[in-house]
Amino acid sequence: MNARKKRRLYFVLALLVAGTGGAALVITALKDNVLYFYSPSDLAAKPVSPGTAFRIGGLVENGSLKHGTGAEVTFTVTDGKNSVPVKYEGVLPALFREGQGVVASGALDGKGMFDASEVLAKHDERYMPPEVVDALKRSGRWKEGGT
Amino acid sequence: MTAEIGQLALTLALALSLVMAATGLSGARVTAGVSRRVASSSAMGLLVFILLAFGTLEYASIVSDFSILNVANNSSLAKPLLYKITGVWGNHEGSMLLWVLVLALYTAAIAFAKRGSERLTSAALGVQGLLAAAFLIFILFTSNPFLRIDPPPFDGSGLNPLLQDLGLAIHPPTLYIGYVGLSASFAYAGAALITREFDASWARAARPFMLAAWIALTIGITLGSWWAYYELGWGGFWFWDPVENASLMPWLVGTALLHSALATERTGAFRTWTLLLAIAAFSLSLIGTFLVRSGVLTSVHAFANDPERGAYILIMLVLAIGGALALFAWRAPALETGSAFEPVSRETALLVNNVLLVTAVATVFLGTLYPLFLDAFTGTKISVGPPFFAVTFVPVFVALLIALPFGPRLAWHKSEIAEAIRPLMPALGVALVAAAIVSVLADSHVLVAAGAFGLAGWVISASLLDLFQRRVKTAAAFAVAIAHAGLGVTLMGVAGTTLWRAETLSLLGPGDTAQVGPYTLTMGHLERADGSNYAAIRADILVSKGGEKIATLKPAKRVYPTEQQETAETAIRTNGISDLYLALGDERGTGRFIVRAYYNPLAPFIWFGGAIMALGGLTSLWGRLSARSAQPAANTVPAE
Repeated sequence: MNARKKRRLYFVLALLVAGTGGAALVITALKDNVLYFYSPSDLAAKPVSPGTAFRIGGLVENGSLKHGTGAEVTFTVTDGKNSVPVKYEGVLPALFREGQGVVASGALDGKGMFDASEVLAKHDERYMPPEVVDALKRSGRWKEGGT
Repeated sequence: MTAEIGQLALTLALALSLVMAATGLSGARVTAGVSRRVASSSAMGLLVFILLAFGTLEYASIVSDFSILNVANNSSLAKPLLYKITGVWGNHEGSMLLWVLVLALYTAAIAFAKRGSERLTSAALGVQGLLAAAFLIFILFTSNPFLRIDPPPFDGSGLNPLLQDLGLAIHPPTLYIGYVGLSASFAYAGAALITREFDASWARAARPFMLAAWIALTIGITLGSWWAYYELGWGGFWFWDPVENASLMPWLVGTALLHSALATERTGAFRTWTLLLAIAAFSLSLIGTFLVRSGVLTSVHAFANDPERGAYILIMLVLAIGGALALFAWRAPALETGSAFEPVSRETALLVNNVLLVTAVATVFLGTLYPLFLDAFTGTKISVGPPFFAVTFVPVFVALLIALPFGPRLAWHKSEIAEAIRPLMPALGVALVAAAIVSVLADSHVLVAAGAFGLAGWVISASLLDLFQRRVKTAAAFAVAIAHAGLGVTLMGVAGTTLWRAETLSLLGPGDTAQVGPYTLTMGHLERADGSNYAAIRADILVSKGGEKIATLKPAKRVYPTEQQETAETAIRTNGISDLYLALGDERGTGRFIVRAYYNPLAPFIWFGGAIMALGGLTSLWGRLSARSAQPAANTVPAE
């Protein structure tokens, strides 16, 4: 084997080792660290066990936002067909409004309440999270051009 | 008139870019001297017309010409002048115009600097011409910033307040200088394949552009991280947001390219690989542009978008990357491989560097794009967050950092392990001492912290040691030591902030107190602090430590009526070692506000490290350019 072939071989071997290692890391990591997105209707159709982290999205139901005594708030996320109560402790995003799109990540507690660790709203007045648009389209509540 | 001037300038720029593409590529033939001169002048003309178009849009924004749709949608009368200027690139159309402006700047620089042979420069200009034409067509047909609106509104609808910030003035242009700068390496690599000048001359010609792009990307990413830290009010410095990843990937490949090209220049090793990396680095820039501009992502960076644009960018992406790879596949077999090297050598060290960096890119790439593919093919919506990257990216980088100090110690071609290890013993000592000190001082995450700081001590001390032990201290040696040490500094910042951050969320009225880290916060009075285009409320929060008053911080909350948006103006007190970070939230009940407080130990190191790395890049660039002017024939020296 000449030097050139030997060098190629090292190179390919190094790439293979790193590639396999990387792939193994990625696969285990994806299995444990991925958050699925569900709309309230998805959740009604196929319940998720309490404690399993996922993301939920839809519109903040009108009249559902309630502040607690401290930093905690509760509100309801709806896609027009089904809804899920959400509680959150923290600062709501600047554009969080009743009737507007929202995405929250967290997990269900034992009583069917979604305990959010993070709440995202749209970033400006022209923007709606794509997952929410999709969820509303599926529940038939999406109006083109209006939010 | 302004809109018509801008439109005309863009159209002429498109025509010139097509001329440049045709003449530049035909100038790759030996006899086509005239074509080469035409390509060179077209490059200058292109810059002039794109500057004119950009200047026109700036003018329209400054004088609030709301008859132009783009200005009406993204500006307003009350907006401060600074943001009228910088707001031009705070929207999709304007940012694309900035993109081609930077492309035109690099193109003109290639034509002006004439690095490498005449044929190589000409072919590189041809490739740049194709890129410029593709982007100008994209702008003219899907993202025209000069569209009219009739009748013009009395006032514009304003700029997203998050973007009304000095960070916005510098972050996107710097990032674009980096992103688009990689096009120069791409163009030179393409030119090498077209002209069959496969020796190291193309890499030598592209080196300053490569460095400039890398420096700008480093600064751009650092600034972006810092901007997100103080402007978004979430207290974090990196969110593994797909758009952040989109800028990190070209940076990682660009870093691999800088290292691999070094070997190609010095010994002719990795010729094929370096060409491929140059193509890959710019391809990832294009993919980044696609991710950001197509609206497929949920992100702070996603402007309101229509799918037509995404489709166009995707086609362009496929043509550019596919074309380059096809050319590569066609010509690469003709490449002669460079000199051989032994398993223990500088080349092997650079190989390890490249393999690890490319693995890191692969994990980030998968984590960023997997959700998109899954959604496209199965409709399942998932998101991949920080935990994924923590378990994939971090181990790869740990391996990289352990191996890093050996590289500069090994000789080219053939070296001895012992030769590299012996002078590194003091660095190993520093690493162990650092780990020991941290494990005594740390009150949580002791093992991880000891590992992280030991590693940082290892990298930083080994880099400095390498410099001191060298008899001849060249600019290149300084550059290597500075850049590597910067990485170690960033590592300390990331580790300190991630492991020891303290966070409290409390509801405070006047006189109430809260505790965060070593600090006690006392809410003082609240007052209005309105600006020209927003209403704001500001809190005076007294900070004390161990019963002693040390500062008053004034976090505020702004409401922008035109844009109907609120922003948190964070107040950050830094002593260079740690940050106290306050953000004012909503009012709850009577006069009590949510206050979010973070104590971020070593946070400033994250950005210091970034700045140090960029300084390392600048040192290298300075060394290259001054060596060239001192010795004008440097670029014609044949490869070893």
